[in-house]
Amino acid sequence: MKKSNIPESQFELQVPESLKTEEMTISMGPQHPSTHGVLQVILKTDGEIINSAKPQIGYLHRCFEKHAENITWHQVIPFTDRLDYIASMNNNLGYVIGIERMMNLEVNERAEHLRVVVSELNRIASHLIALGTYGLDIGAFTPFLYVFRDREKILDLFEEISGARLLYNYIWVGGVAYDAPEGWREKVLEFCDYFEPKIKEYNDILTYNKIFIERTANVGVIPAEVGISYGVSGPSLRGSGVNFDLRKDDPYSIYDRFDFNVVVGKGEMGTVGDTWDRYWVRVDEMVESVKIIRQALENLPEGDAKETVPRNIKVPAGEYYMRTETPRGELGFYIISDGSKMPNRVKVRSPAFCNLSVLQAIAPGVMIADLVAIIGSLDIVLGEVDR
Amino acid sequence: MEPLFQFFNNLFPFISDWPEWLAHTVVGVVTVLLLFGFVALFALFAIWLERKISAHMQDRLGPMEVGGWHGWAQPIADAIKLLVKEDIIPAMADRTLFKLAPVIVFTAALAGFAVLPWSQDFIPADLNVGLLYILSVSSFAVIGLLMGGWASNNKWSLYGAMRAASQMISYEIPVALALLAVIMNAGTMSMRHLVIAQSGNILDWNVFNFFPLTAVAFFIYFVASLAEVNRTPFDLPEGESELVGGFHTEYSSMRFAFFFLGEYANMYIVSAIATTVFLGGWLAPFEALNFIPGPIWFVGKAMTLVFIQMWLRWTLPRLRVDQLMYTCWKVLTPFSFAIILLIGLWKVL
Amino acid sequence: MRQYFKNIYEAIATILVGMGVTWRHLFTRAVTVQYPHVKRELPERSRMQLFVEMDDCIGCMACQRACPVDCIDIKTVRAGKEEDLGETSNGQKKRLHVVQFNIDMGKCCYCSDCVFPCPTGAIRMTPEYEFTTYDRSSLLFKFATYTPEQISELQERERKEKEAQAAARAAKLKAAEEAKKAAAKNDETKSE
Repeated sequence: MKKSNIPESQFELQVPESLKTEEMTISMGPQHPSTHGVLQVILKTDGEIINSAKPQIGYLHRCFEKHAENITWHQVIPFTDRLDYIASMNNNLGYVIGIERMMNLEVNERAEHLRVVVSELNRIASHLIALGTYGLDIGAFTPFLYVFRDREKILDLFEEISGARLLYNYIWVGGVAYDAPEGWREKVLEFCDYFEPKIKEYNDILTYNKIFIERTANVGVIPAEVGISYGVSGPSLRGSGVNFDLRKDDPYSIYDRFDFNVVVGKGEMGTVGDTWDRYWVRVDEMVESVKIIRQALENLPEGDAKETVPRNIKVPAGEYYMRTETPRGELGFYIISDGSKMPNRVKVRSPAFCNLSVLQAIAPGVMIADLVAIIGSLDIVLGEVDR
Repeated sequence: MEPLFQFFNNLFPFISDWPEWLAHTVVGVVTVLLLFGFVALFALFAIWLERKISAHMQDRLGPMEVGGWHGWAQPIADAIKLLVKEDIIPAMADRTLFKLAPVIVFTAALAGFAVLPWSQDFIPADLNVGLLYILSVSSFAVIGLLMGGWASNNKWSLYGAMRAASQMISYEIPVALALLAVIMNAGTMSMRHLVIAQSGNILDWNVFNFFPLTAVAFFIYFVASLAEVNRTPFDLPEGESELVGGFHTEYSSMRFAFFFLGEYANMYIVSAIATTVFLGGWLAPFEALNFIPGPIWFVGKAMTLVFIQMWLRWTLPRLRVDQLMYTCWKVLTPFSFAIILLIGLWKVL
Repeated sequence: MRQYFKNIYEAIATILVGMGVTWRHLFTRAVTVQYPHVKRELPERSRMQLFVEMDDCIGCMACQRACPVDCIDIKTVRAGKEEDLGETSNGQKKRLHVVQFNIDMGKCCYCSDCVFPCPTGAIRMTPEYEFTTYDRSSLLFKFATYTPEQISELQERERKEKEAQAAARAAKLKAAEEAKKAAAKNDETKSE
């Protein structure tokens, strides 16, 4: 915690009793423009300096876990969409692969490839929002609309393949809901070609802007061991220089077949693990995702992706913990089945929740403007924090 | 009053037959109405322009519906909406101060218009310390912001007000010093004489005088004036992603409209000062263009600067409080001191 | 000291680069469309409003069971023995009067889980998306075409049929019992 250089005793002497200052408690949120939804942070501030920040959650609690106990295995999938509503495909994937592993179900090759393509596209879309809203938090409005312009193209692709733009319910147990329509593969490749040069534009207007660097470098540093002990994962942990990506370290689906790099923060502009590093990891991960998409589309087998989808699912009794790498980090589904047609228990290990928890550890001593930058760089989605 | 009276006398010769008190009153009232009308119209136009510019810079179209052609009537509709909206005053607010704050901000902005030289003849008040006057009244606005932030009884508003006070008072210094560099050369503080001293062609303008020293002074003035009027990248007092709405968080309806109007009027004033002091005021850049009347040049140059302010706003992120102070005290102020010193040396040698 | 000037230079340079980007965009075409005047054509898979082709519905309630949020409410009445309700477009025989098929689009979560189990393809998602209303109750879409009188008549008939069936069953049981008794009596008399 930063303190002024004046010795405390002297400070006490100089200030008359009537003018004595005290901490101010401010409730930041749930109606605050940059808490990314309905997060409330109770701040104790000394002027602009924050002495403590305590996140209060639960404003968006929708009882996902209790719901899941009362509907069939398949009906849970639309609910997983609504956890992290800007990366729905990745949520579908985690839950579905969990069930498939419990059932020892084989998925056909084409469906596997399509799954990888849509979840990487969704990763790009999600990172784009993270970038845009981060710019917004720092005060730059225009990049926000540039990323939305490009995200819109991804949503168009999703609309064509699944029919929905936000909550897809696309990845099903045993395969995918629809096969890719004709010409979809070419459209995705076209998007990849379009998208790669756009990253330079984001870098020009935001990433390498001196004001942006000043605002983000050396701010909100998460040292690697602090991040690990708080269970931070995903780009937020990789920003601290920890090479941990479940797509490489605990491969699921067919991720072990692709050639891509795990991006880690190197402290280019300041300290390793500062907000700029976390931001940069997301920018670079989009490039890697484009690489994966290209490889997956190159080897996309012919056939029907739908063919292995079973109609009525009964999962054999047992327990399974399935973890996948979503744009926010390690999303875990702990599934317990008693052999009936409904889950006995589905517990979600939410990456955004764990990432948010580190806020208390790194917030003291920063300024209010920095706190906004830190919350933005953790890229939380309150739908997933509260479930 | 004399040049103004002369101006009206030339236009309407019959007013010289009137008794002096009547003629002067009428001239004064008409001028005030003209200026007020200009401020209101300018604010509406600038709001429309800002929305259109921001939209096109962001690959959007902006307002397109109200009024037909590119939504030109949108700001009028917005203004009507703001004027007829319910006036909400928070229960625990200091009602007197709360009501007074927008008025002060707007008055300060309007008062600045008194000394702007629109053309050789039309200048509402040709004070011999015009520049000093305009700097003084425009920093008057900070009292209004502080008042509004305090009276709202909202912690975010208080933060906004405190930031506004510290920022605007700090940035007065580079503004004044940058202008001083030019005043030293021209030897006058009258807005009118400052412009007359620049007559000739574009190279006689103050910004190209003592190149590049005054150009740097112009740059310093422009950056600092952005902070004076709370525009990005120095829009900390309202910075919506940090302070919700800053000092005007609790304001709505007409009182908010007054803050808004004051902000846009201030944008024009700082641009007009820059035009007067650095860019030759109402003068045409070349002799050949003298047939275009002075006020058009004056408004045109000021609008160009307003456009640059908007352009910056839709490009840049926002600075942090300590960086704001760093920019002011460690970059702009030393540089302006250096420029004053160098211009002084130049003059002496 | 060098760093100080380098910072100033970098700040100005990167700001100019950023201004260049926005300047270029000032003159590029907007990507947005003017919605009520220009409407984007949605792909055919678009999941917007639910629609039910009642001629094809056989009243199997598969969609109602599949719905995760219970927004579909179906009531059926068994058809009479000699009644012919026709066939669906894929050749299945309809055996039930679907007297009520309500979908509350206010509850619908647009997952399209109801579409897949339908054996006749009667229920489907359409790209029709402009169905906002001022009244939440008008989001309750009623697809069945039966009037209340028809419904009560059909239900009355079903009740009567059921009663008749029950009566017939009871009579049958009674008859069987009586026959048993009679047989038993016969046996008794025989043995005597």
